[in-house]
Amino acid sequence: MGEIIINRRRYQVAKADEEMSLLRYLRARLGLTGTKNGCEEGVCGACTVIVDGAPRRSCRLKVEAVLGREILTIEGVEAEDGRLHPIQEAFVEAGAIQCGFCTPGMILTSYALLSKNLNPTREAIRKALSGNLCRCTGYQQIVDAVELAARKMRDTGFVARTLSKGDTV
Amino acid sequence: MTTGKRESAYRNDAVIKVTGRARYADDHTFPRMAHCVPVYSDFVHAENLSVDTREAARQDGVLKVITAADIPGAVRFGQIERDYPMLAEDRILSHGDVVALVVAETREAALEAARQVRISADPLPPLIDPEEAFRPDAPVIRPGTKNNIVNHHKIRRGDARSALAACDIVIDHTFRTSFVEHAYLEPESAVCVPRPDGVMEVYGSMQHPFTTRRFVAAILGEPLARVEIRTVPVGGGFGGKDDTAAVVCARAALAARLCDRPVKLTYARQWSMRESYKRHPYVLHYRMGLNRDGRVQAVEARIIADAGAYCSTTPWVTWRSAVQCCGPYRVEHVHADVYGVATNNVFTGAFRGFGSPQVNFAVEQLMDMAAEKTGLSPLEIRRINMVTQGAETITGQLLNNHTVSIREVMDTVAEKIGYEEKRARSSRGKGDPENLYGVGLAICYRGASLGAEGMDFCSAVINCQFDGSILLEVGIHENGQGAESAMILTLQEHLGVDRGRITYRQPSTSSIPDGGPTVASRGTLMGCGAVVLAAKKLKKIIAEALADTLGCAPEKVRFQDDAILGEADDQRLSWDEAMRQLFLKRVYPYSFAGFRAPAVTWDEETGQGDAYFTYVYSCQAVEVSVNLKTGRVRLLNVVAAHDIGKAVNRPMLLGQIYGGIAQGMGMALMEKVETEGGVIRNASFRKYRIPKAMDLPEMTALIIENPDPTSPSGAKGIGEPALEIIAPAIANAVYHATGRRMDRLPIRIEKEDA
Repeated sequence: MGEIIINRRRYQVAKADEEMSLLRYLRARLGLTGTKNGCEEGVCGACTVIVDGAPRRSCRLKVEAVLGREILTIEGVEAEDGRLHPIQEAFVEAGAIQCGFCTPGMILTSYALLSKNLNPTREAIRKALSGNLCRCTGYQQIVDAVELAARKMRDTGFVARTLSKGDTV
Repeated sequence: MTTGKRESAYRNDAVIKVTGRARYADDHTFPRMAHCVPVYSDFVHAENLSVDTREAARQDGVLKVITAADIPGAVRFGQIERDYPMLAEDRILSHGDVVALVVAETREAALEAARQVRISADPLPPLIDPEEAFRPDAPVIRPGTKNNIVNHHKIRRGDARSALAACDIVIDHTFRTSFVEHAYLEPESAVCVPRPDGVMEVYGSMQHPFTTRRFVAAILGEPLARVEIRTVPVGGGFGGKDDTAAVVCARAALAARLCDRPVKLTYARQWSMRESYKRHPYVLHYRMGLNRDGRVQAVEARIIADAGAYCSTTPWVTWRSAVQCCGPYRVEHVHADVYGVATNNVFTGAFRGFGSPQVNFAVEQLMDMAAEKTGLSPLEIRRINMVTQGAETITGQLLNNHTVSIREVMDTVAEKIGYEEKRARSSRGKGDPENLYGVGLAICYRGASLGAEGMDFCSAVINCQFDGSILLEVGIHENGQGAESAMILTLQEHLGVDRGRITYRQPSTSSIPDGGPTVASRGTLMGCGAVVLAAKKLKKIIAEALADTLGCAPEKVRFQDDAILGEADDQRLSWDEAMRQLFLKRVYPYSFAGFRAPAVTWDEETGQGDAYFTYVYSCQAVEVSVNLKTGRVRLLNVVAAHDIGKAVNRPMLLGQIYGGIAQGMGMALMEKVETEGGVIRNASFRKYRIPKAMDLPEMTALIIENPDPTSPSGAKGIGEPALEIIAPAIANAVYHATGRRMDRLPIRIEKEDA
């Protein structure tokens, strides 16, 4: 039996489930339905999760490929006590949400970006988000949100929880 | 006018959406839930369909394989014509037709078994060109009809033929638009649960619970009261989760009824793109006549819309095209014919804009062409012809019941973007062929809400609890646009209470009367209208009950600062205390009110009448750079202004504008559903590209507020105005950059050799 770490919790993976996509495993086996299925061919980015610090499309990953690795899904972004992460706060405050279906993926991609660069230009934000489709917002308020999140994180000296292998803000 | 300055946004569903807690249709599971998948045929047009389900039914885990013969109620349904087979019977009319459903213990088992369904039929030649299908000698596609014409709308005003003959200038031009996919991020999904009380409960990704209920009740052959459609978050709709989504819910309900188990039917992206209706491609032939002074005298238009295989909302979509076929201009002589024509293509239906983006694409380019021919600037020619306060539209409607602000709106945008100066320095095909520059603009008015398309009314329930909390419920659906938040903000304003008191009770079709579909940019107008009227009723109930306590007449009672006040400020009950007092008096602080839209009129023969009770005024301008070597058009800047009456939730309003522009930009420059013999060739996100963050520039949205007297809240709508003129604005900018007129969508620049 392999092991997988999701949102800081360890899960034992049944052999039969290793062939599943990580997306289907999260949704069907663990009931973590915050990760969305938009196209199941790795284009829309709605299923984005963070694997060892990097944004990945969970629909294109087999569970066996991420055994032993550390995964962050949208359910693990807020603090344990339920406080929103500054990126989540910023998405709320900037009006970056409409239908919300792309939102988890957008937030995780932004999380990975801001883990590496706390002072991105709007152009850099657009570039980082170019693997995440949104059909509602025209992206402008999402870019606003990521800018706002970066400012919040800089201003408060917010330190992201360690994801893995020392990949921190 | 106000600009898009940042203020903290309010949405009641924001936190659940940033934490992954929002539960969309596919996120629901129920004990003993089975899974259902659709089965398609390879045919586009065929008769004598035969479906052999025996082998599929024998597969492991399969509970049932369902065909049309198993449907207890209506096989065919539709909002206008009941011609859409929820499962195909003897005939295939399009590649999206579903011939069977497989229900199994798991989705994997259902998918596996679906491959074992044997389908045979006698193929017929597909008819896929709407202009061919329009010809009197064309083979008739739909059994029981005389020809392929789904509908014909006319505008008959003055004598266009004679007027055109007398004009100094006549512009004769044909424009074409293409199939566009809604590409909502969430594919269709439905979970249906047969309840012990006999009611079929539906959790579906759809825009219109009440429309969905009609489809579900029809397929089951059960009354409306025994179907309950629940509200769940929807991952985008844009008009696209109307019939298609309702049919998905109906099929899941059918499977749930026949298996007597909860059933989930979630679409794969490829199925969604194959089967769901698209934006109508139009062929628009215009003759516009004007005098040398720039005054448009006459317009003749013949417009053909590809309806695809089924009627859906084509008659309504094309009706709007007819009403708005001359843009926001005064024209004395109009002769227009708009046809919906059946083909064997995927069917077409509601899509944000709803028949206006196509006509605007033509008209707003014609105005620029007319400007050039008369030597006027595009702004001047629009000013000369645009509707003014009290003017008469081409349908004979006097615009005298609201502020006609198209001039203000256009001038605002022109000034903000520096239109005239930028037009003067546009490239016109001269200069660096890899970096030609142009500016372009378009304007429109849009009839608000349904107009003469349908019955237009909506209701709201305010149910104040005796502890001071408040439940609000409105017959409008949250599609992601922020409808619920707009309702909450409106109630907050009209009751003068703290927003935290208000909980939006997501309605089901069993808890509130049919409020009509959440379409036509009518959610805010109609929903907030009902909220305002319900709040007024509620305040009367409360004032009458508490007037004695407050020591004043009921009409002097005031509602503000989270309290209820008499004439003097010290005659005051906190909201909590007031609710307690009502409990002691055994008075329910509860109200229900419906808002009926003002009357509209329409004469089908002449195309004359008060088509809509009010209008939204819009202008959008863009700057582009064009690279003739790569064919690439890059959007550099967008400025948009819309007079939406009143801004209820400013950040959400801006989001609608930005999002509408992005979708319209996709239609203008990127998106085209490619079909071959009626088969969609790019039915996936890999092949069908929608705009990404990098494809869009920073946009400026300007909100113009002239509160509308026909709307109880003063607000109109923004969803569709935001999308409907960006394509012609881009086309006009490309013209100013290259000197080439773009009469097809999407815009394609013929590459020049290096």
